[in-house]
Amino acid sequence: MKAVPATISPYPDGPLIVRGDVELVAADGTPISARRRTVALCRCGLSTIKPFCDGTHKAAGFRAE
Amino acid sequence: MNPTLSAPATATTFTARGPLSAALLDMLTGAADDDIVALAERAVGEADDVLRDDDVQLSLFVLYASAYGSVAELDPRLEWDPRLIAGRCVLERAFEAALREVVRVDPLPECSQGAVASALFALTSADAGPSLSRHLAKKATREQALEFLIQRSIYTLREADPHSWAIPRLQGRAKAALVEIQADEYGGGRPDRVHAEIFAKALRGAGLDDRYGGYVDAVPAITLCALNTMSMFGLNRRLAGAIVGHLAAFEMTSSIPNRLYGDGLRRLGFDDDVTDYFDEHVEADAVHEQIAARDLAGALAEDQPQLLPDIMFGAAACLTVDGYVGAHLLEAWERGESSLRTPEAVA
Repeated sequence: MKAVPATISPYPDGPLIVRGDVELVAADGTPISARRRTVALCRCGLSTIKPFCDGTHKAAGFRAE
Repeated sequence: MNPTLSAPATATTFTARGPLSAALLDMLTGAADDDIVALAERAVGEADDVLRDDDVQLSLFVLYASAYGSVAELDPRLEWDPRLIAGRCVLERAFEAALREVVRVDPLPECSQGAVASALFALTSADAGPSLSRHLAKKATREQALEFLIQRSIYTLREADPHSWAIPRLQGRAKAALVEIQADEYGGGRPDRVHAEIFAKALRGAGLDDRYGGYVDAVPAITLCALNTMSMFGLNRRLAGAIVGHLAAFEMTSSIPNRLYGDGLRRLGFDDDVTDYFDEHVEADAVHEQIAARDLAGALAEDQPQLLPDIMFGAAACLTVDGYVGAHLLEAWERGESSLRTPEAVA
């Protein structure tokens, strides 16, 4: 199957939504397993499941701008 | 392969809660035949509160189960029987009117993707009543946790199905967004990751019955009402906006509560088979809520502005009815009682 180019979309006051073929790798090179086709990456720094978003930005009143 | 994945078992049929549900169960299992429309008219006429009326809500549940095919004992040849459809219409008219009466809808946002998404996030974050998830996290007993799983089983063993009815009713970007969410709900191609299957594993892990409908007799009308709300929105294309709004609100009030549910179940000593479902939803619904608010509800409002009032109504209806269910559980527990009609289900 042909690879789908990845897109990374910052959602307003929310996470980065990542779609398409992409490899997530920790700073030390360890692969991070993405358990779904579309993932949300934490942008507020407060998630308890980083690098993924857990919705905490809403309670924290995170603003992207 | 786990046999329950290929041939899910269902519980045998349920105990009637009045003349209408008795007649429907008889008719759908080939036992007898009655004037369903007249009985439906009488049932809604006599109900003090349609949302909490046992006969009305069980009857709607059974009629919708016939459409889903979720209960094998219901005769599939009667799925489109005109008498049953006419009876369902009588119930739905009263049910929708009752929902529209109690659900408060804020002034509508501007019909743009961003404004609708912001309005939905504001609506769902303002929904901070007494919290079932905080109770589960910190205080609930083991019996209360089991009751919670039983109450959830009515919808969650068929998780995502009510919203899937909307797929052929949508077009373009709203359809793509709904399918993106639902594909993840259905495991992204992995049968063992279908959310309903992960929940069935949680029930088994907690020593509970994982057959669909196994606990229908145990739950009150308001729990059936929560599923019936989504089934009615999903099965009637005139309510396509409402089912989209419902899904958005459901996803947007999920990731943080599910973290608390998982914490509470761990505190009570349940293992990974039970907590997997809740942990999965922390991550999954943080994705889904973004797609649902913006790409699904927001895009639909832009593309079909006439649906905006129902998008916001559906979202508010989700919060209202799920709030009633949560209040029922917390109030019963506060009184030192079971939230179930049959407390022995967790004994």
